[in-house]
Amino acid sequence: MAVMNMVQAINSALDFKLKDDESVVVYGEDVGLEGGVFRVTEGLQKKYGEKRVFDTPLAESMIIGTGVGMAAGGLRPVAEIQFSGFIYPGFNQIISHVSRMRNRSRGTITCPMVIRAPYGGGVRALEMHSESLEAVYGHIPGLKVVMPATPYDAKGLMIAAIEDNDPVMFLEPKKVYRAIKQEVPEDPYRIKIGKAKIAQEGEQITVVAYGAMLRTAQQGIAKAKKDGISVELIDLRTIFPMDTDTIIESVKKTGRILIVHEAARSFGVAAEIMSLVNEEAFLYLEAPPTRLTGFDTIVPFPMGEDLYFPDADRVYHHIKKVVEF
Amino acid sequence: MLLKTFDPLKGKQLRIMDENGEIVDEKNMPELTDDQVVEAYKYMLYARQVDLKAVAYQRMGRLFTLPPNLGQEAAAFGSAYALDKKKDWMVPAFREMAAWLYWGATAKDLYLYWAGSEDGNVTPDDVNFMPSAVPVASQVPHAAGLGYSIKYKGTDQVVITYFGDGGTSEGDFHEGMNFAGVFKLPVIFFCNNNQYAISVPRRMQSAAKNLADKAIGYGMPGIQVDGNDFFAVYAATKEAAEYARDGNGPVMIEAETYRRGYHTTSDDPTKYRTAEEEAEWEKKDPLIRMKKYLEKKGLWDDDKENDYVKHAKKDISAQFKEVEEYPRTSLEQIFKYMYEEMPDILKKQKVEMEKYLAGKEGR
Repeated sequence: MAVMNMVQAINSALDFKLKDDESVVVYGEDVGLEGGVFRVTEGLQKKYGEKRVFDTPLAESMIIGTGVGMAAGGLRPVAEIQFSGFIYPGFNQIISHVSRMRNRSRGTITCPMVIRAPYGGGVRALEMHSESLEAVYGHIPGLKVVMPATPYDAKGLMIAAIEDNDPVMFLEPKKVYRAIKQEVPEDPYRIKIGKAKIAQEGEQITVVAYGAMLRTAQQGIAKAKKDGISVELIDLRTIFPMDTDTIIESVKKTGRILIVHEAARSFGVAAEIMSLVNEEAFLYLEAPPTRLTGFDTIVPFPMGEDLYFPDADRVYHHIKKVVEF
Repeated sequence: MLLKTFDPLKGKQLRIMDENGEIVDEKNMPELTDDQVVEAYKYMLYARQVDLKAVAYQRMGRLFTLPPNLGQEAAAFGSAYALDKKKDWMVPAFREMAAWLYWGATAKDLYLYWAGSEDGNVTPDDVNFMPSAVPVASQVPHAAGLGYSIKYKGTDQVVITYFGDGGTSEGDFHEGMNFAGVFKLPVIFFCNNNQYAISVPRRMQSAAKNLADKAIGYGMPGIQVDGNDFFAVYAATKEAAEYARDGNGPVMIEAETYRRGYHTTSDDPTKYRTAEEEAEWEKKDPLIRMKKYLEKKGLWDDDKENDYVKHAKKDISAQFKEVEEYPRTSLEQIFKYMYEEMPDILKKQKVEMEKYLAGKEGR
């Protein structure tokens, strides 16, 4: 089996779908000749031609809006937004059209498109390059929101996303892009959107993480393990539709939950999960549901980012706090 | 070549028939049979009845807010009539009723939408028709994307998209035009310049002399036509469609017209324009001049007009009756079309409401 990082794994998924399905097109700024600034689409234009893998003028609303038209015309557009922090000019298209087309046309016109965007911080990036907006997308009815944490998941989820007949926001943790490698099958496989994964079984506390924070959570859990704390780790994989059953089942077993994300706290994914736990597992709780998140502040420039992003020590600290409540 | 001759930068506007129904540009008169011209007039007359009735129903409180079309029938219909509705794509804004009706939408569909049902957005299976776009100009990139899919598949279709003078100020207008220009896509960008975006006049939208000038910046031809002249609109769109179909890329058409009615039924135009101005434009009304033309040719008269209007009103009333009897939106429908397969999280919310409703009925 090949060993791949996440960039290679996503490239492998795109490669398969371009080969497998004539209607798939991959496009955005710099994705063609250059293969994207992160090289996720490297080599694909050469292999599949300029008609199927192409550069566009620099305009995010247009990149997303043309996808709506391409999808209506029978294509399966996979659009890349170079950094999620630059997607905002396209919000009108996402909210007014991408997410609503199936419903407002009563299913007669659909929008099977994937919007790829590298998100998140901790990579010493320039201003406006470090945000995590998954809660915003999760709040828009009609979208699916996927955030892979590993190369293996990224490939299987990307193939599933392109094959999905509904629009998928595919948020790629750029911190993970080249940080980890693992065995990834060359052959295609799918990972079901809307299904979380129990990354590690445990008894005393449930930790929920996703995207780049999965690895941070794993590092914190390793420290807690030395104290003999048994942690169950859930990799959410999909933000919406959320796999609530897996979370609730786990909390009923452990009685405790800690949610870790790098996005700002208020109205975030953790807030949603805590509400859910209160609604469906209240009587099983041994400690208040707890969250470790980014602050309700602007993500600081690189000289301040270490204070902002949750790290292994803070995960460990919070696990102890919840378990010792 | 109209697109070559009528250069908007030189202040040229294509007009074939004047306000009195006289043909003033015989050379560019499109080839249409008398039957076709009568058919065209009937379509526009029918659309006007649907429109007038809509406003009347709204005033009675039987329809909700809607955007009247009065005065813009020639621009909408003339452009649609120049295309092939069995294969081309229409990407509308929300004030091209005459085009929609020609493309296969019914008065019932339109009324259903304004009565508050998404079902009014459902277009017939055998035509290519996007639902209306409410956020101004947000549909323009969709047309460009459809153009890409057509070029990709190599079919000989074209796309027409509509927007107004206000729409040309939106980023999506520029971004969509630019994309279509770069990839030489078969798209007709049709601007209904009806002089007002609600209360804001045309001169406040752009310092460009003509909106058609904007085409030049995107490497495509632009042409301005008298939008109240059916023949000019038809001839320009026909040529634009041939140009695009032959692989030459997109075209922008600016149709100069006038929104004789309200922006929507919630609007009060007396706040921002004079009765004199409205009277001036009434004289230029597209139906009035078309009727004069037909009468002079002996193809139409008041009796025919009265008969046709009577017939149209009867038909429209029957369709409106269906709308008034239309079932209310069900809980099932609210959830059903969100995703291809309903996610558990939605199922739970639906069941929660069903239980509540069942309990309520039980009381």
